[in-house]
Amino acid sequence: MRLLNHQPQRSTSLLLAMIPFVLLAAIYLLNSSLRLADNPEDKLLPSVAQMVEATKQMAWVEDPATGSYLMLEDTLASLKRLGMSLAVVSILGLVLGLVLGTIPLASATISPLVAVFSMIPPLAILPILFIVFGLDELSKVMLIVIGITPMLARDLEQRARELPKEVLIKAQTLGANTWTVMIRVILPQLVSRLITSLRLLMGSAWLFLISAEAISATEGLGYRIFLVRRYLSMDVILPYVLWITLLAWLTDYALKKLHQCWFPWAEGAGR
Amino acid sequence: MSFISFQNVWQRYGDHVVLEGIHLDIEAGAFCTLVGASGCGKSTFLRLLLGQESPSKGQILLDGKPLSAEPDPSRGVVFQKYSVFPHLTVLENVVIALELAASPVWGRFWGEKKRAARAQATQMLTRVGLEHALHQYPASLSGGMQQRLAIAQALIAKPRVLLLDEPFGALDPGIRKDMHALLLSLCQESTLTVFMVTHDLAEGFHLGTRLLVFDKVRIDPHAPKAYGAKITYDIQLNQDRQSQRAQVATLPSHVLRSTEVES
Repeated sequence: MRLLNHQPQRSTSLLLAMIPFVLLAAIYLLNSSLRLADNPEDKLLPSVAQMVEATKQMAWVEDPATGSYLMLEDTLASLKRLGMSLAVVSILGLVLGLVLGTIPLASATISPLVAVFSMIPPLAILPILFIVFGLDELSKVMLIVIGITPMLARDLEQRARELPKEVLIKAQTLGANTWTVMIRVILPQLVSRLITSLRLLMGSAWLFLISAEAISATEGLGYRIFLVRRYLSMDVILPYVLWITLLAWLTDYALKKLHQCWFPWAEGAGR
Repeated sequence: MSFISFQNVWQRYGDHVVLEGIHLDIEAGAFCTLVGASGCGKSTFLRLLLGQESPSKGQILLDGKPLSAEPDPSRGVVFQKYSVFPHLTVLENVVIALELAASPVWGRFWGEKKRAARAQATQMLTRVGLEHALHQYPASLSGGMQQRLAIAQALIAKPRVLLLDEPFGALDPGIRKDMHALLLSLCQESTLTVFMVTHDLAEGFHLGTRLLVFDKVRIDPHAPKAYGAKITYDIQLNQDRQSQRAQVATLPSHVLRSTEVES
């Protein structure tokens, strides 16, 4: 059988998926133990025990200076920023995408502007954001909003344009006006696309969040990583990175499940 | 005076002439089937009637008034594909037709009005044989069921003209026959004027009371796009059906109601 026709079974593909992870872990553990055997003070590749100890310290031991649990505090601070930004991004992106994708006059006026804005590297204007919005929460939220909204709006605009024109004509023959076509026909279909687009844009959202926190914050996952970097605390950095990865994966999974649950019609299945 | 009238209608895109000099008078209640080779302007003719395009020359009159240049509720349509809203269930797809027509701000009904609309939609769906699929989404329906839904959706809005763009082109012959029977019985009940584009000549002859053949009269081999298609044959068919309908339409409404109950 040709290679391109060879479909792995479910159990086989699970096993195949495990192999790279196991290999990676094995390589890490081997090198870590080799370096630690050479020099027990080595900080670059900490052992699992060291990482567990450091994580315990961050997660379950009260910080003597502030009286709080650092990892919990960092996580909540980061998730709050991310959640606020994504709420703003979703609403802005949806409104822009809906209006630009539906009304040719609005698109002719504003689409070029959105296209230019989406080319600006958001991190390049971070200093401006700090100057304009201060060093507080607002500037971090704004970075994510400015970074992601143009991309999302352009994507949703495109999606709205891709709706078959037959559907829009049909709505008009049933007596719809521009507004009711937008809210009854296009918007519900765009919300479904919004969830899919957000899943793709989550990576960028985390990137902007960690960057903003690294530069100016007093708590947050990105802040912590860049703080302990000064002490070469790989035993804290690595668990934090794993934790962020897990959070990102969980958000992605939650969005996927939400989509299946809210938009059964888009999954091609009956109720 | 005729119901729909084409007065010297031309349609050209750039220097590509698609239709030339169409003169046509259609009486109300006619079932016109449009046949002809591919690229002969049948679909263009339908788009002109729909208001999706306006003619480059001449005018189209509906009841003596020029046709509005955008789709509106006077003309219902069923396309071959994408005729229904994928994000709504079968029932909602028909209810939305009532809602869009009557609610310009929210495009939906609440409470008592919603219940009434649902009842009316259910009745229409039962008429087309979809009562068992009310809560399914279009994606899970077969092609024939989707077209039944599209017809129900178009008819509940009570258009005066129904435009069908190869509605049964993608269906297998058995289902197509069922759809023909359904369409004829639905037309029998109303004074709808129907235009249907089809590739199937037998279908055109079977359904129509008037068969319009589109063809190019003049062909210049050096400039194939220079001349457009005209209506070369205009054949009266099934006249008994049309006169029967015309007679039924003259009956007083209380008689019509009582016969409906009996059948």
